Amino acid sequence: MATAHSRAAARLMISPAVLLLLGWMIVPLSMTVYFSFLSYNLLMPGMEEFIGFTNYEFFLTDPAFFAALANTLLLVGGVLVITIVGGTLLALLLDQPFWGQGIVRILVIAPFFVMPTVSALVWKNMFMNPVNGLFAYFAKALGLQPFDFLAHAPLASIIVIVAWQWLPFATLILLTALQSLDQEQLEASEMDGANFLNRFVYIVLPHMSRAITVVILIQTIFLLSVFAEILVTTNGGPGTSSTNITYLVYAQSLLQFDVGGGSAGGIVAVILANIVAVFLMRMIGKNLEA
Amino acid sequence: MGKISLKQVTKAFGDAEVIPPLDLDINEGEFVVFVGPSGCGKSTLLRLIAGLEDVSSGTIEIDGQNATEVPPAKRGLAMVFQSYALYPHMSVRKNIAFPLKMAKMDPAEQERRVTAAAKVLNLTDYLDRRPGQLSGGQRQRVAIGRAIVREPAAFLFDEPLSNLDAALRVNMRLEISELHQSLATTMIYVTHDQVEAMTMADKIVVLRAGRIEQVGTPLELYRTPANQFVAGFIGSPKMNFITGEEAARFGAHTIGIRPEHCVLSTTDGTWKGKVGVAEHLGSDTFLYVTVPGMDPLTVRVQGEAGVHHGDTVFISPVAENLHRFEANGLAIRQATA
Ligand SMILES: Nc1ncnc2c1ncn2[C@@H]1O[C@H](COP(=O)(O)OP(=O)(O)O)[C@@H](O)[C@H]1O
Ligand SMILES: [Mg+2]
Repeated sequence: MATAHSRAAARLMISPAVLLLLGWMIVPLSMTVYFSFLSYNLLMPGMEEFIGFTNYEFFLTDPAFFAALANTLLLVGGVLVITIVGGTLLALLLDQPFWGQGIVRILVIAPFFVMPTVSALVWKNMFMNPVNGLFAYFAKALGLQPFDFLAHAPLASIIVIVAWQWLPFATLILLTALQSLDQEQLEASEMDGANFLNRFVYIVLPHMSRAITVVILIQTIFLLSVFAEILVTTNGGPGTSSTNITYLVYAQSLLQFDVGGGSAGGIVAVILANIVAVFLMRMIGKNLEA
Repeated sequence: MGKISLKQVTKAFGDAEVIPPLDLDINEGEFVVFVGPSGCGKSTLLRLIAGLEDVSSGTIEIDGQNATEVPPAKRGLAMVFQSYALYPHMSVRKNIAFPLKMAKMDPAEQERRVTAAAKVLNLTDYLDRRPGQLSGGQRQRVAIGRAIVREPAAFLFDEPLSNLDAALRVNMRLEISELHQSLATTMIYVTHDQVEAMTMADKIVVLRAGRIEQVGTPLELYRTPANQFVAGFIGSPKMNFITGEEAARFGAHTIGIRPEHCVLSTTDGTWKGKVGVAEHLGSDTFLYVTVPGMDPLTVRVQGEAGVHHGDTVFISPVAENLHRFEANGLAIRQATA
């Protein structure tokens, strides 16, 4: 019963929450904007002065910025591809009836409960380490030269680590979508002569498109700000080969104590994230309608 | 095309035997209705024929070929599901064309068949809509359209009308019968509604707990039910059953008399009772009469009955329409003594 009166009352009642959230967002954002126009280095306290867009100029013309931008997109894209393809395959597998289904499902979800720092350290020291790592052990067992993943393929290694963390999330969402598919539709398509691949392409995949959209949206938000995994494994290196925007902002503001530059980088990151969000919404938002 | 034989077919889900050994022949061009109460195995039997379930034992022959191991798509049968099972993200056109696309048919031929089917089913104006934008009756027709474009050897319908409202159901019933007349293809139709069975079928198969109780034309089942179950299931309102002394007078364990074969009188007759509820339908009146020592009798009187709640009336069965049953439910066939 959305009468004019009840709608006005509803607005009145949610306004405190809206105002609180707005303040929560506006205050730090405007402070960051303010800092980004200052020359503000923690090593030289009391010397702050207004310098216009110089911080932005500095940040945007830094070659590290373009490297970081490319790395961010590669990281987000790579993880999305791995988790969605892998998640779909795993979901198809887990949807089959088999013995011990419940236990296996819990095991599959387990990586999601491991903290990013912990999982990145486990990957770094127990799997990818060129001396003690499991992969090195296998390589040596096969008579091959161990590969130093984090030194020679740092970004790819980080993509694998992050994808491993997000795979369970994607699997879980896609599995629930799969289970909500009407069995009679599958049977109908089977009678219509569709083989397994046809059923997947024409029936299952369209049914899952909304869930895939949700996975892409949620993961993109989190993947744009991957940080801990980089900090504990490669520190953004070698050079800037595994630095993303988030890490670059950290390196600017905290490693160089440049609050102004870091703030400018932060604002740039916010703008980039919004551009990505607009693109995503345009591209797949229509999937969420109806 | 379209002759189906089941030979000693059984189906068990785990320990539960849903279909005990069953034999059935369905002739070319026949409209066969499987009817029975809910849960008696009608859908299971249909799914066995379709190939969506594997038989536990026995063989299924289609057009003289053993089809027991043939996958559903290769049996040349088309099925219309109770939930319609339309593909929600495809337009009506794509839904109907889907089986043709899967058969890699030439697109021009696909288009021709879809257009023809849409014309028959009054769907021409809706071809570009999604199933979600259609009414129940239209969805039903899309499902039928998807079945007919394949030109199958036989159609299988699983309670196709049970999701429609009463008026639409009568309409669709006529349309499906019409379709059968024009296509002359074998149709197997599952329903729990004996009215649908009586009105549509060439041949009715009455099932109970997976067992065939009787096979026959609608009128055969109506006139000469093989047992008490069929007698009670076919016909509306239900046949009245009388046991005990009254039945013994007719030399049977149970006698059955249909409401329309009871003669009502206010002066004399076989059984004396009191009128309970009277339902006036205009063309008919159904009276529920309580007779001491018997279950309430339903009596059908043409037009207005002229009796009211609480009146004393007499009811006599029409002797030649009286059904007699043994204690095990089987009908006694020889003439009344
Ligand atoms: N996949 C299944 N697994 C176990 N039992 C089933 C399955 N399908 C049907 N049954 C059982 O078989 C019986 C007949 O079911 P069904 O053929 O759907 O009946 P109807 O269509 O006549 O209502 C029911 O008792 C039902 O519980
Ligand atoms: Mg059923």
